[in-house]
Amino acid sequence: MKKSLRFKTVDILLIALMILPIAFGVVVRVLTKPAAEGVQIGGALIFARFKLPLQDLFFSEATLNSLLVLVSLTAMALYMTHGIRAGVKCRRHLIAEWIVESTDNLVKNNMGPFFRAFSPFICAILGYSALSSLSSLVGLFPPTSDFSTVFGWALLVFVLITYYKLKGGTWNYVKGYFEPIPFFAPLNVIGEIATPISMSFRHYGNILSGSVISALIASALGGLTRAVFGEVCRVPVLQIGLPAVLSIYFDVFSGLLQAFIFAMLTMLNISGGFPEELYKKRMKKKAKRRA
Amino acid sequence: MELAIGIILGCCALGAGIAMIAGIGPGIGEGQAVAKACEAIGRQPEAKSEVTSTMIMGCAIAETTGIYALVVAILLIFVAPNIFVNVLKTALGK
Repeated sequence: MKKSLRFKTVDILLIALMILPIAFGVVVRVLTKPAAEGVQIGGALIFARFKLPLQDLFFSEATLNSLLVLVSLTAMALYMTHGIRAGVKCRRHLIAEWIVESTDNLVKNNMGPFFRAFSPFICAILGYSALSSLSSLVGLFPPTSDFSTVFGWALLVFVLITYYKLKGGTWNYVKGYFEPIPFFAPLNVIGEIATPISMSFRHYGNILSGSVISALIASALGGLTRAVFGEVCRVPVLQIGLPAVLSIYFDVFSGLLQAFIFAMLTMLNISGGFPEELYKKRMKKKAKRRA
Repeated sequence: MELAIGIILGCCALGAGIAMIAGIGPGIGEGQAVAKACEAIGRQPEAKSEVTSTMIMGCAIAETTGIYALVVAILLIFVAPNIFVNVLKTALGK
């Protein structure tokens, strides 16, 4: 199949859209990072803040980076499915098919047939979380090491959990809090609230601990170079090598694992809280009333 | 004033260290989980992938308390001292 000029142009545009946001993030990082000596561990830089009645709205580095990752991910999805057609096998289309198929299987195995339509959502969470954590490889501030980002996702998942619990009837949902005995009500409420908090803290804590340990080791190696070579060699030679090896674990492995675990917990919580029998009973009643 | 700030910094560091005692629990728990998973794989090598993914899920959930302790420790070291020192300064009117 000969590719037309238009097809190629769109391809190049999409590739540019994939890479440019990340490059833009790196440029912003280089321009705004305050130069300082020693160990630097702090939150995201805040670019702008808007006054709101309850709490100021921050536009921080994490917000910017997560938006950039989002643009890049969208471009990646468009690139992989660009010009997709039945029968024609192309490498990127095969990759796209593999991604769709494996998430479909994951969702089917863990959530059951009722939640088949959840596969795009789960895939989006997986890709977004993984790419956010991996963005620290190019020196960006990973959005997942800011608590606000991850808590936002967890809150979204909490809303979904409650929505699917309410499908069994509002009365049944309220009654669920007073089981097995009414005395347990406060404990049940705490358990309900703990779900998003524990989900977000797990993701955030893992990524944050990785970046803290990496920063500590890098600065320690810099100090060691200064102690060993003194004024002879100003370049921190000992910083070469070890931080890169550690980053394979802390950035790549930990980030991908946490993305998988977050998606997995989303699936299990949503499908676990859904009262399937009550829902079926309700649907039958509704159908009877209509008939 | 210097003494008060010193006590604040020292107590924050001590608190962070004590909070990380919670790391013992997840360590033992995850070790047991992995040991059992290894046994299971030894008995049924064909179920390796399923056992591994279940084990990783279980480990992640067992890790939660340790992660809470870590977050508390990091907050105590990097965030809390500033806040406490500022509170002290405003209380003393400086």
